[in-house]
Amino acid sequence: MGNKTPLYQCHLDAGAKIVDFAGWDMPINYGSQISEHEAVRNDAGMFDVSHMTVVDVSGGDAKAYLQHLLANDVARLTLSGKALYSCMLNEQGGVIDDLITYYLRDNFYRVVINSATREKDLAWLDLQAQSYPDLKIKFRDDVAMLAAQGPNAREKATKLFAEYQQSPLQQLSRFQGVEFDDCFVARTGYTGEDGFEILMLSEQIADLWDRLVEAGVAPCGLGARDTLRLEAGMNLYGSDMDETTSPLVSGLGWTVAMSDERNFIGRQALEAEKAAGVQQSFVGLLLLDKGVLRNHLKVLTAQGEGEITSGSYSPTLQQSLLNFPLCARGNPC
Amino acid sequence: MSEVPVELKFLSSHEWVLVEENVATIGVSDHAQELLGDLVYVELPEQGSTIAAGDSVGVIESVKAASDIYAPVSGEVIEVNDELDGAPERINHDAYGDGWMYKVAMEDPEEVESLLDAEAYTEVIADEE
Repeated sequence: MGNKTPLYQCHLDAGAKIVDFAGWDMPINYGSQISEHEAVRNDAGMFDVSHMTVVDVSGGDAKAYLQHLLANDVARLTLSGKALYSCMLNEQGGVIDDLITYYLRDNFYRVVINSATREKDLAWLDLQAQSYPDLKIKFRDDVAMLAAQGPNAREKATKLFAEYQQSPLQQLSRFQGVEFDDCFVARTGYTGEDGFEILMLSEQIADLWDRLVEAGVAPCGLGARDTLRLEAGMNLYGSDMDETTSPLVSGLGWTVAMSDERNFIGRQALEAEKAAGVQQSFVGLLLLDKGVLRNHLKVLTAQGEGEITSGSYSPTLQQSLLNFPLCARGNPC
Repeated sequence: MSEVPVELKFLSSHEWVLVEENVATIGVSDHAQELLGDLVYVELPEQGSTIAAGDSVGVIESVKAASDIYAPVSGEVIEVNDELDGAPERINHDAYGDGWMYKVAMEDPEEVESLLDAEAYTEVIADEE
């Protein structure tokens, strides 16, 4: 028996096949993960992401703390609700986790981290907080989250909100969130489609889920979530990067802000790595022949060999698709 | 609980066999498709080839995993369900009907006696769960 999200009963009612995911009983699919994938690409689907970890970081030191903690720079966030994707590194430049930080207002940030890494992340957040006296870190175990994704998801979801909330939701730009009294809605996701991620108190979320189902938003499981993110070229923590790989070899160099002198954890290691020449590049591949390539298979090329970090079938392309780091054999990429 | 038709015979590796005179129609069970999830590729033995009971004669692959398929009986492959090539999901939708895979003209119809009946196969899948 694993942890259950507040939407667990909704999943059973919708005929979900439940699997263990990092200690959580989560839906892998509700019949067909390919139909769910297609629902998100062509119309609207939704995922229970309540197993993810939400942490509110507040206080006069919040900004300085996050600037030290994260490889991307939260100083880039100046508009209330704006989101920033970042890696959290260890001193060796390895990725402890990837996460999203929302700037809600001065001295108040919301961080959403992975579920499988919850314990070690929370311990790391606490450890790094010690030198910041004006800082409060609050783990929000009272909230739940769902992601409504797809070309029609925003329209279908917006109609379910109170009238005064609809106009701000319609005007929300990409990677931007808005906070209401009873919920937080951001135009973000993990599918490569437009959509919302909606965070609200746990006891209220099943009602929203049911109304989204009525509005024609298809329940989608973790299976479809994985093929959607892979098609969109998004990394999965634990597969595409972990504490032993730097963002520079994991296709995440674009998320590291090093243009100024900001001192963040892992910076020295990344600078040394750059100076020595980054040894691997991270690429996406498509298998032209039949078959599905799986994680950890070796790929041989003229430029060196690599190992598949995420391989699966692409329902949209109807071909096999994978991410893998390619050794450059000493040549800087 | 997945469906196990009483008129069929089975292998514990989840292939089913429908015997009509000396022709065996072969597929994979509803339980197998449920375990694998959405199928995306099916590789079947060639028409005209001779296969022996117990041989690995093809592969079915889902988004999640690939699995060998084994011949339940020996003989010549006389017909292959080509529809599965472009539409492997037929196995998900109708494992015992549209999802049939190939037909064999049996060399030794007595081989069927060593296959599992529906009751024995139901026990096999119950043990797995």
